[in-house]
Amino acid sequence: MTATSLTTTQGAGRAGDKVFSGAALAAGCLILAVLFGVALFLVVQAIPALTAPSAEIQGGEGFFAYIWPIVIGTLIAAVIALVIATPIAIGVALFISHFAPRGLASGLGYVVDLLAAIPSVIYGAWGAAFLAKEISPAYNWLAANMGWLPIFQGPASATGKTILTAGIVLSVMVLPIITSLSREIFLQTPKLHEEAALALGATRWEMIKMSVLPFARPGIISAVMLGLGRALGETMAVALVLSSGALTASLIQSGNQTIAAEIALNFPEASGLKVSTLIAAGLVLFIITLAVNMIARWIISRHKEFSGAN
Amino acid sequence: MTSTLTPVRSKRSALTKGQLPKYAPYVVLAAALIIGAAIMALVGFNAFGWGIVSALLFAIGLVSWSAASEGSRKAKDKLATCLVVGSFLVALLPLVSVIWTVLVNGVPGLLAPGFLSTSMNGVTGVYDNRAVEEGAPVLGGIYHALLGTVQITLLATLISVPVGLLTAIYLVEYGNDGRLARAITFFVDVMTGIPSIVAGLFAAAFFFAVVGPGTKTGAVAAVALSVLMIPVVVRSSEEMLKIVPNELREASYALGVRKWRTIVKVVIPTAISGIASGVTLAIARVIGETAPILVTAGFATSINSNVFSGWMASLPTFIYTQILNPTSPANPDPSNQRAWGAALVLIILVMVLNLAARLIARVFAPKTGR
Repeated sequence: MTATSLTTTQGAGRAGDKVFSGAALAAGCLILAVLFGVALFLVVQAIPALTAPSAEIQGGEGFFAYIWPIVIGTLIAAVIALVIATPIAIGVALFISHFAPRGLASGLGYVVDLLAAIPSVIYGAWGAAFLAKEISPAYNWLAANMGWLPIFQGPASATGKTILTAGIVLSVMVLPIITSLSREIFLQTPKLHEEAALALGATRWEMIKMSVLPFARPGIISAVMLGLGRALGETMAVALVLSSGALTASLIQSGNQTIAAEIALNFPEASGLKVSTLIAAGLVLFIITLAVNMIARWIISRHKEFSGAN
Repeated sequence: MTSTLTPVRSKRSALTKGQLPKYAPYVVLAAALIIGAAIMALVGFNAFGWGIVSALLFAIGLVSWSAASEGSRKAKDKLATCLVVGSFLVALLPLVSVIWTVLVNGVPGLLAPGFLSTSMNGVTGVYDNRAVEEGAPVLGGIYHALLGTVQITLLATLISVPVGLLTAIYLVEYGNDGRLARAITFFVDVMTGIPSIVAGLFAAAFFFAVVGPGTKTGAVAAVALSVLMIPVVVRSSEEMLKIVPNELREASYALGVRKWRTIVKVVIPTAISGIASGVTLAIARVIGETAPILVTAGFATSINSNVFSGWMASLPTFIYTQILNPTSPANPDPSNQRAWGAALVLIILVMVLNLAARLIARVFAPKTGR
């Protein structure tokens, strides 16, 4: 009697266990399925654009003639963002991890995280309404004094709505990402390395140069790659700030376009082949960011295995 | 006795000989501010330029003084310190500027009568022209967008939290760091980096293929937001489940409790504060997403309370469309005012969610008993 009741309750419990572990497994597999689904549905919907006769694609010269200027534009904006954000982000991370007073450090970290919390559309609105206006005199100066460089060729845009402004707004958006990741890595530097450097009479900067930065180099590289992934895919900052146009070398004239902004600006009114052209553009963006992110994650995981921190 | 004291004193002075006095930075700062003000007075004064010029003068002054009296190594150290502190101050500029811009431009929009309680239904360019030319109050509000944002985000949360939490449970409790668990961890990390517009395109492409071309509803947007939200929920929940001490699980098993009961009754309650704050942060992240909603839910001007049919407005897309396509192209000012008002509401929402996450983590943190 007692034996049977025991086995029945065990049976019930076992069923509960199975259901629960099954649900957990299913949820995990669903995530993999979603990621493959993203690729699959993008490919399926993009096929009409890839196979359509080239005259029917926007621009009339086929999909690749349509996509490559905006791929280059995306890269230009992302590179501007990284060139500006990386040194500042590393400086901020160093400030929080090694320079700020201990009591303030976590609070200051929170302040930088606030930058990441602000929605991208607000950055876009700020860039278009405030930054573009304030920065256009600087563009005029650049055009007048540095105009011999192709990237600063005049005449500068009167509204300031250029790819350089978009890049600056993007740099503000990737800054907190690079900062928080680098900060984590800087804090992981073995204390013994730092103290050994200081004990040998190194100044604080020499200590950072000799022990912190070499230790953190792979981490910084992957943080920058993750920032690059964000900058490549960011939509609103570019869509609102940039007055887009054909591909131009000059950063201070209006022109250029990025994939994400191109999709956002055209998708709501698109229909038919235009939809699949834009989805194909999204597929290209997806592949680029996927590659960048996977390389970054690979560097991080390799770093984890070989670092002396563990 | 004096003979033993004097060498100590002279040694200390030898050690401090090559150092700048303690007050050096303050002296240089004061000098930099004064000279900076003088230079700006010649060019035309503005506070921003004054700050930049003074900061540069401060760095140059301190470093060259240090180079003259302390030597090149100490000077390099000073230079690095100036650059690091300077980069932090530079990083604060956009934060302050963004918040200031939104506050200054947003308050009039927010204070306009009916801003939170009316939609844009029937508000046409005619009214906006009248508002500019005759000084009539700016009509129209964000009620429809607020409603849409709340509904879409709520639905996305309802999808993401069970999936994300169960995945985290699989990774921590069942995965045993096997091949599948490692694959999920890797792809969750990769998924964190999916551009938001691609997530939107995926949801759009999925529903175009399954339901029919041109399907744009709030539910599609919720699916798109879930794609962005799930990896965030997984990562934060996983971290929280990992730090639940193993002794708790083992004590529960020792009492003969089933694994799933242990997870539901012991592990999750212990980690609930961290999980809840992680979910709140995830909501704060997706509530401001514009691009995925733009391509999946379109933009409506009237109230739509059904997420499963018809276009739907949301706060971010409202801001976007009001700025990019003003209601009255001739007089964009009323539209801008509404957009900035909506931006202020959105930023308040996000900040409140962020604060709430911190409070939840602190207030509901498990009591350690020690």
